[in-house]
Amino acid sequence: MSLLNAKIPEGPLAEKWSKHKFNLKLVNPANKRKYDVIVVGTGLAGASAAASLAELGYNVKAFCFQDSPRRAHSIAAQGGINAAKNYQNDGDSVYRLFYDTIKGGDYRAREGNVYRLAEVSVNIIDQCVAQGVPFAREYGGLLDNRSFGGSQVSRTFYARGQTGQQLLLGAYSALNRQIHLGKVKMYTRTEMLDVVLVDGQAKGIVTRNLINGSIDTHSAHAVLLCTGGYGNVFYLSTNAIGSNVTAAWRAHKRGAYFANPCFTQIHPTCIPVTGDHQSKLTLMSESLRNDGRVWAPKTVEIAKQLQKGAIKANEVKEEDRDYFLERKYPSFGNLVPRDVASRNAKEMVDDNRGVGGSGIAVFLDFADAIHRLGKDAVSAKYGNLFDMYYQITNEDPYTQPMRIYPAVHYTMGGLWVDYNLSTNVPGLYALGECNFSDHGANRLGASALMQGLADGYFVIPYTLGDYLATIGPKPVDAKHPAFEKTKQEVIERINKLLSLKGTKTVNEYHRDLGHIMWEYCGMARTAEGLTKAKGLISALRADFWKNAIVVGENEEVNPALEKAGRVADFLELGELMVDDALMRRESCGGHFRLESQTPEGEALRDDDHFAFVAAWEYKGDNQPEVLNKEILDFEFVHLTQRSYK
Amino acid sequence: MSEFKQTFNSSLGKKLIMALTGLFLCTFLIVHLGGNLLLFKNDNGFGFNVYANFLTHFPPIEVIAYLLYLSILVHAIYALVLTIKNRKARPVRYAEVSSTNAGWSSKNMGLLGSILFLFIVIHMSDFWYNYKYSGKVGFIEYKTNLATDETTAVPYIPTSPNFEKSVTTENNFEIVRVKDLHARVESSFTNLIYVIFYVIAMGTLSFHLKHGFQSAFRTLGWVHRKYTPIVSFIGTWLFAVIIPLGFAAMPVYYYFTR
Amino acid sequence: MENNNMNLTLKVWRQKNADTKGAFVTYKAEGISPDMSFLEMLDVVNEGLIHKGEEPIHFDHDCREGICGMCSLYINGRPHGPKGAITTCQLHMRSFHDGEIIVIEPWRAAAFPVIKDLAVDRSSFDRIQQAGGFVSVNTGVTIDANSIPIPKVIADEAFNSATCIGCGACVAACKNASAMLFVSAKVTQLAMLPQGQPERWSRVQAMVAQMDAEGFGNCTNTGACEAECPKEIKMTNISKMNNDYFSAKLFREEGVHEHASSGE
Repeated sequence: MSLLNAKIPEGPLAEKWSKHKFNLKLVNPANKRKYDVIVVGTGLAGASAAASLAELGYNVKAFCFQDSPRRAHSIAAQGGINAAKNYQNDGDSVYRLFYDTIKGGDYRAREGNVYRLAEVSVNIIDQCVAQGVPFAREYGGLLDNRSFGGSQVSRTFYARGQTGQQLLLGAYSALNRQIHLGKVKMYTRTEMLDVVLVDGQAKGIVTRNLINGSIDTHSAHAVLLCTGGYGNVFYLSTNAIGSNVTAAWRAHKRGAYFANPCFTQIHPTCIPVTGDHQSKLTLMSESLRNDGRVWAPKTVEIAKQLQKGAIKANEVKEEDRDYFLERKYPSFGNLVPRDVASRNAKEMVDDNRGVGGSGIAVFLDFADAIHRLGKDAVSAKYGNLFDMYYQITNEDPYTQPMRIYPAVHYTMGGLWVDYNLSTNVPGLYALGECNFSDHGANRLGASALMQGLADGYFVIPYTLGDYLATIGPKPVDAKHPAFEKTKQEVIERINKLLSLKGTKTVNEYHRDLGHIMWEYCGMARTAEGLTKAKGLISALRADFWKNAIVVGENEEVNPALEKAGRVADFLELGELMVDDALMRRESCGGHFRLESQTPEGEALRDDDHFAFVAAWEYKGDNQPEVLNKEILDFEFVHLTQRSYK
Repeated sequence: MSEFKQTFNSSLGKKLIMALTGLFLCTFLIVHLGGNLLLFKNDNGFGFNVYANFLTHFPPIEVIAYLLYLSILVHAIYALVLTIKNRKARPVRYAEVSSTNAGWSSKNMGLLGSILFLFIVIHMSDFWYNYKYSGKVGFIEYKTNLATDETTAVPYIPTSPNFEKSVTTENNFEIVRVKDLHARVESSFTNLIYVIFYVIAMGTLSFHLKHGFQSAFRTLGWVHRKYTPIVSFIGTWLFAVIIPLGFAAMPVYYYFTR
Repeated sequence: MENNNMNLTLKVWRQKNADTKGAFVTYKAEGISPDMSFLEMLDVVNEGLIHKGEEPIHFDHDCREGICGMCSLYINGRPHGPKGAITTCQLHMRSFHDGEIIVIEPWRAAAFPVIKDLAVDRSSFDRIQQAGGFVSVNTGVTIDANSIPIPKVIADEAFNSATCIGCGACVAACKNASAMLFVSAKVTQLAMLPQGQPERWSRVQAMVAQMDAEGFGNCTNTGACEAECPKEIKMTNISKMNNDYFSAKLFREEGVHEHASSGE
């Protein structure tokens, strides 16, 4: 085990980033065109990074597995994006956004990174507005804000329930401009399958063309992974079907540390599962909790009747309802952070007070808001979410409360990066959800969009230059044997997958893995359960490589093969997540160990033993991974037990 | 100049031409119907024949007439060019197509337009060509007693082959000698087949204009929250109902009254 | 819960790749729950095919919540199936009845060649956006976001146009395979906002030129696009774009400019 250095600049919090920017080396403008940069993934982080770097003059190659960069799953973010603009004059500031984020992350994030995030948040809004992103506005023509879970100020900018879409289309348009100018070469329907290291430095990637199966190598001076999170390890999540960990996991297996893999966020307001056929879960924006009231019936008897459909939700009397978030957390009420809201919903279900046919749901009720604001006002705010709910459930949320239940939504863990967003592998960077950096053990609502864009627009353009200036503009030797060697390894792996002609589909393995992860590494975790899960996953993985069926060939469109490669990686990642959860014998944020809770049943941190980032180092197939620690120093905030009472 | 060429070769440029020629033809229909209402006047075709003569001999109208013929041709040719391009844009057709997403007329403008084109050719060869060139249309003399305002009509055989029209006044009588297109109309409109053909053509016109008129405004980009409803009202009631009905009423009226 | 599962017959277009001829193949979809989404129903069919060692039916999909725009499918003669204002991934089997025959085709357009089975290549849409669907601002804007107020009705209207997900249903629905709704949505969004003004006249020319070059058909204002758009984008966008296009071409100085590279 070694201690990791995050390279946080010295000095007062507010000056760290500006000082650091000054100290970073610059690349001469005339030399920028001599550098090639690979950007994998075109979501908020990837598209913004690719566009910004191309604007600076670097030659960018961008890759996405979808048919267009516009499809990246950032597009599905609904609620909004935080920024410390303080337009509402309600006491917001960069420091408050920083503080809320650190606290919301349950003190498992770096102060320096988070402060920088809060600092550049204001620039993001300026940038997006200049691109023509149509944020919501007030009648006076100025930008509107709303409040979001985990904060007591209104600092969230939004575009109806489609903020992620609008921000992504903004970044996509900036990317398009650079494609048009020839500064970005875009590869769509192309999946990264490995990273190429030359003398320990990342110098390229190996990709598979998803149309014709061609395996190609691409060289560059640096590789940026902007490939999103790994929530699909749970099979059911709010992620897109294609979201996967493969790029990050391949990088991990080439030496990049994977940090805090067990930190996953379970989002409280999702539409409950209806059956085994379910392929994904749909999130209802957290903004719904601004006006919706979460409740469960007070007694098991009423819950039973609701489950059978004997009575309807709106027939339950006021005194028979338990508005449990308002009851337990009077000052934050329904706006407690996501982990707290999720856990409490689980408690209700565990207490047999869940509702819906399956009994695995609680209510989110808008009757009060409709009464107070009128149906039109509620519809203007949440109309598209209500429509979406209706489409999926065939129930009208204007007349009946929504049924909600937590679902895996975001992964705070990811590739370990330093302050410069560099992994421990020189030349290999990770941006956005793909890295672990800014959210600690729990992410606040409306902060994912902020982080993705902060990394891409305002951090990497500075920090990458420092690395590139250091290594110099000498062209990368694309003929280096490492390229061919890595390519052969990729081909071997594909052939191995294609040789699987067993009896169980890849999707079935994925579903089984998801069940294990959700059961033992979900909202509440125990040493016993995690130990059991480890054995189950390991057995499942062994079975996969014996009994899976992978149809078709490489030289064609073959989604079965794509999926097989991704699930194979999830089967490895799942075990690491369990290891990490087992190692972290404290509760913090989204990681809740039943062994570590306060008398009131809240997450109990153990700062003396676990105030560190766990960065796991790959040591070879079927070898235990080695834990490296990055100690988290809190110079500016005082660690307290989070309280939203 | 090449920039204009490029503009009118673009998909939108071609549509602009369709819209402008279409609207021009629409305005013509108003004038045409207005004049033809004279057919309903029980005056042995006096007013109608004078009007027909005016249309064919007043120079500014002559110019507009040629613009009109040109518009019809351009409208038809561009429609053909656009249709061919549209077909090419979908080389493989769907096996199953639901018809619910758009109005029938909007999807069948080509068919409607082809029927109308056929109608125009027949209509023009019957009246316009015969009137102007074939010599099959004879002359008529209207003698109006200026004191009593009574008019009598008798056929007239012109003395000169170049004779077109004359208006003279003698002994308190106004004598107007003019080509008798009205007779031609009368004979045509008492033929049942002909009448049915006309009525069908006017039905076609109705559907064509129901979509065409407001579509032209959309193509030109003249949409507005306040005015577009007015355009669609005019398109529906004036161009798809009143005008085709007015035209169709003529053959029917003649068929049943003569 | 009562068992009201359905049995369906699917007639699915199968085509190995762009170079081979395709044909309809009939499949049975049995034991389908009305709560399944349409794509989940196809998943079930595909799992069955894989178990038999056959190649699954290929279709594009990703987010499965109606926003990424990747799913397509021409279902029983309509893009995204029989219900309005949703994408195929949001379509649930309760919209069909037991025993129904469902015909599933790919989007049909020269500009959307079939890749495999039901998936088509929509990169023509990207190229249209690349031609001008942006505001030329580099990262690092320092104009405060609130320095230019935008009337709420304008911002809302621009937002309505901006909700396009680029799925291509408009092209699929149009009898002429015209991309006018897609193109006009972006043109109009930016034309309405103050930030879009400097390039307003060059943008519309560039994007229309690219649209024409891709081989889409012409708009005949049938309104099928508007009726089938899962995001209910209005045809008025098309008219507004036409207006801008004619203004630009006939009355404005601006041509289609070559965007100067900014970096060097």
